[in-house]
Amino acid sequence: MGGIASSVLIKKGAEACLYLANWHGKKVIIKTRYPKKYRPTELDIKIRSYRTTHEPLLMHEAKKTGVPTPTIFLVDPKNATIIMEYIEGTQVKQLLGNMSKKERNELCVKIGALIGKLHKHGVIHGDLTTSNMLLNTEGKIFLVDFGLGEKSAELEARGVDLHLMKRALQSTHYQFAQECFEAVFRGYSAVLGSEEAREVLEKILEIERRGRYVSERREEQ
Amino acid sequence: MRGSDEAYCLGIESTADDFSVGIVTFNGKILANASSNYVPEEGGIHPREAARHHAEVADAVLQEALVKAAIKPYELTLIAFSQGPGLGPCLRTGATVARALAAYLNRPLVGVNHSIAHIEIGKLTTGAMDPVTLYVSGGNTIVSAFDSGRYRIFGETLDIALGNCLDVFAREAGVKHKPGMPLGAALEELAANGEKLISLPYVVKGMDLSLSGLLTAAITMLRKGKCRLEDLCYSLQEHAFSMVTEVTERALAHTEKTEVLLTGGVAANKRLQSMLRGIAEEHGASFHVVPRQFATDNGAMIAWTGVLSYTHGIVTPLAESFVKLRWRIDKVDIPWVE
Repeated sequence: MGGIASSVLIKKGAEACLYLANWHGKKVIIKTRYPKKYRPTELDIKIRSYRTTHEPLLMHEAKKTGVPTPTIFLVDPKNATIIMEYIEGTQVKQLLGNMSKKERNELCVKIGALIGKLHKHGVIHGDLTTSNMLLNTEGKIFLVDFGLGEKSAELEARGVDLHLMKRALQSTHYQFAQECFEAVFRGYSAVLGSEEAREVLEKILEIERRGRYVSERREEQ
Repeated sequence: MRGSDEAYCLGIESTADDFSVGIVTFNGKILANASSNYVPEEGGIHPREAARHHAEVADAVLQEALVKAAIKPYELTLIAFSQGPGLGPCLRTGATVARALAAYLNRPLVGVNHSIAHIEIGKLTTGAMDPVTLYVSGGNTIVSAFDSGRYRIFGETLDIALGNCLDVFAREAGVKHKPGMPLGAALEELAANGEKLISLPYVVKGMDLSLSGLLTAAITMLRKGKCRLEDLCYSLQEHAFSMVTEVTERALAHTEKTEVLLTGGVAANKRLQSMLRGIAEEHGASFHVVPRQFATDNGAMIAWTGVLSYTHGIVTPLAESFVKLRWRIDKVDIPWVE
């Protein structure tokens, strides 16, 4: 892994550290999943190497479906490190609160369309939060952080994925979670087709009722 | 209203297998916390049998708490009770005792959300102010943090609770229920002698997690009889605890809070404590764990949360004191946190 210069830590996440670096004259992100001391070494190695090899594969798959993701330059499973393109942009998490209702809804429709493209081609993101979406200067939305993703065309997997998006909106953007999710679903529905999208929505409701202490469950009994 | 030094709240907890009465002062001093635990002859908690136990011991536990606190019933200012979530027959027994007391003494009644009480007793006893909380018990597995008026849920189990997962496995393995020794504690002892990590499902979905597949896989391994029980207990704990720890760490990184609080019955587990302490240190946050006697269900936590509610204008009229079997923490307004 030579050729790295001026590497600066820009984000210490829960799972990985992101460094902004210069690599062979290119501005790149170096993502390293450091060992987690709290879990047994065998389990830790298994989780980190699995996610490190699967994340680039899924990012590549996503790109093929027309969803912008950073280009992968290098994967080093042994050191649980990925070198990828640096995206000049802002996290959607930071943008949603500072937009007009119209802009916000338009952005959410676009996000929904991207999720629709992924699902249509059997790609499950696995961690759809607004922190994992970047809006670049040209207005393009990039999806990042596919470490928890998988390849699946199952209704259950789609439902869990979109349910996560809904939950992320509720916990982080609760003031306008409802309208944002509705906009996301409109975009999603437009790509996936209303019939399939409706099935996913029904699955989401089923997943919610499965949760603990959900009052809606009472009505079924 | 009387001065805070002499105002007392009596809290009744009866959501599951414990009937407990706690008495606290309005400024947060715990004067008494008396409990009786229902131990099933076999299997898990039978709601009706547990409720029968609660009804039988209610009088004695109330007496014990009042004697410990050295106060007379008429000195009480407020009666609080656990209104949910939990098992219907058990909740109703506690609620009936609370209503009777409040009516007899002519005192206000406050219904308390049991899960929020676990967070509040953790804050009271450890001094944590604004933590990311991992609440793990027989019925709950929730990662929560306060934001804009409510405890928001950042992650939770998509199926069974952590304590339930451990208890069911322990029972399947033939570990017997002993008074004063929860099944989880017996499992922890066995796990401490585990040496080999057996590969089991590890299921984290975003901020949520799923434990039912892990339990099924562990039970399947147990029945095949090819692994040492100690190794299986160890492996089950390591996988399950790693999952809740990972999700808690995600919430910590996401919210950027500076405290981690571990509460609920499974909080007594030393291995889980060490994992949580590890991620707190990693993110420069302080680590707090609720003391053992307030980790399991207890009346003091209900009494204290009753005080917080009442002093912020919340009372529960008799007509609204029905129990809520399903009552998520993110549905409750929290006016006492800034």
